[in-house]
Amino acid sequence: MSEQQSAVSIRNVTKTFPQGNVTALQDIDLDLRPGEFVSLIGPSGCGKSTLLRVIGDLIQPTSGTVTVNGKPARQARIDRDYGIVFQDAVLFDWRTVSKNISLPLEMLGWDREKRKARVAEMLDLVELKGFGDHFPWQLSGGMQQRASIARAFAFEPALLLMDEPFGALDEMTRERLNLELLSIWQRLRSTVVFVTHSISEAVFLSSRVVVMSPRPGRIAGIVDIDLPDTRSVETREDPRFFALVTEVRELLRKRGEHLLPEEEQQLL
Amino acid sequence: MTILRRARDWTPAIAVFVLVIAAWEGGIAAFHVQQFLLPRPSDIVSAFWTDRHTLWPAGWYTLKEALGGFAIGSGLGIVAATFVGRFKRAGTAFMPIAIAANAVPIVAFAPIFDVWFNPLSPFSKMAIAAVLCFLPVMVNTLRGLQSANPRQIELMRSYAASELEIWRRVRVPTALPFVFTALKVASVLAMIGAIVGEYFGGAFNALGVIINSEAQIFHFVTAWAGILLASLLGLALYGTVVLAERVLVRWAPAAREA
Repeated sequence: MSEQQSAVSIRNVTKTFPQGNVTALQDIDLDLRPGEFVSLIGPSGCGKSTLLRVIGDLIQPTSGTVTVNGKPARQARIDRDYGIVFQDAVLFDWRTVSKNISLPLEMLGWDREKRKARVAEMLDLVELKGFGDHFPWQLSGGMQQRASIARAFAFEPALLLMDEPFGALDEMTRERLNLELLSIWQRLRSTVVFVTHSISEAVFLSSRVVVMSPRPGRIAGIVDIDLPDTRSVETREDPRFFALVTEVRELLRKRGEHLLPEEEQQLL
Repeated sequence: MTILRRARDWTPAIAVFVLVIAAWEGGIAAFHVQQFLLPRPSDIVSAFWTDRHTLWPAGWYTLKEALGGFAIGSGLGIVAATFVGRFKRAGTAFMPIAIAANAVPIVAFAPIFDVWFNPLSPFSKMAIAAVLCFLPVMVNTLRGLQSANPRQIELMRSYAASELEIWRRVRVPTALPFVFTALKVASVLAMIGAIVGEYFGGAFNALGVIINSEAQIFHFVTAWAGILLASLLGLALYGTVVLAERVLVRWAPAAREA
């Protein structure tokens, strides 16, 4: 795939941290198609969050290049092509839910009327209608994370970076939010990079799953998820789903032979 | 509902207050305590009223000194914290000295400030109040500015926000509750600074001077009334800061009870 066609093009990216002389990423090459949902999975220390931050120009790679929609990552950041969702909702305590969602719109200089209309739309989309005037502490963890997803999608960024967004939630909330995220993504068709340590979540959501291995962080393999595009609760019971989960797990295990037992436990 | 609950919250404090005053009043009668040792609360309150023509204007005069010192000291504290927070080098050079300076008994400088400024001018008292306010405000504001959530800053960076925007939209709101905690401390310190400054000499119509001179001529009841007035003014200043906090920091834990 040429760099012009790719939503994200990562070439020979290496990142070393001088503290402790850690090689977080080594020779990463990866292309994402526009509108693709790609998960990065791997044990802790495999550099998946680092890679996400390198794509988002929040960390500079030691060597190599990142191109987003045909331009350098830095330019993409200045052009506000990124939406980010972290593991914690990272809402601003001093802003109401509506004001939190409208923050990126304010940064983009949208006028008040336009912001109001979009915030109402987003509240509807993430099923937080009627909670716009609440402060973040008045919401449950799942609702906070929905607000933070609404904030990330609000300005329709070309690329959405999600760093274990549902990692802190209970299993039931997590599965519901997975479905909601998919339906939002299918409507808006942003390119999504999704970091997770849950195999089933990665398979359920993604078009492709990138399996990473640690020390140094490398791509161990890529699994194409050939499940039907519209996914539902039943998808998780599909034999093909189990086959793909197994495939990802095998890749993790094969590359993770040198893992500590508890690290392996965490993945399986 | 809220008023009822608030009344319930305050009931224990009011009950204790009434009990202490009653015990004080009763104890003096029961043990025949001399008035110069401890006057009755009722005598203090009545002196508070009969001497109002001298006491109240003096209280106003001293309150203005305290307010001036509070404004100058807190203002400089916030400016210094902003500066130190922005330039790390300045911080590492400045902070240890600032913290060491905090161990200096500032009140001992009162006579010196009187020499630097005119002891009869309110500025010498404002200077003492300002020096007392400066450090707690600076240290707390700095901590507040440094408490910003790194994820929130990353988020702002992803929006290509400038340092100024990050400062305005993340650092300042994060620091506000810290600043108000410091301002509450400073509001009380300012009043203390002004009064103590006046003990070392000042205009005749100043509250500290009146308390001091009335005590020297054995008018202890008037001195006590002056102390009562000083406490009320200090409380009023504190209360004003609390009100401002309620308005400006609606999201913080204190507001969550409502």
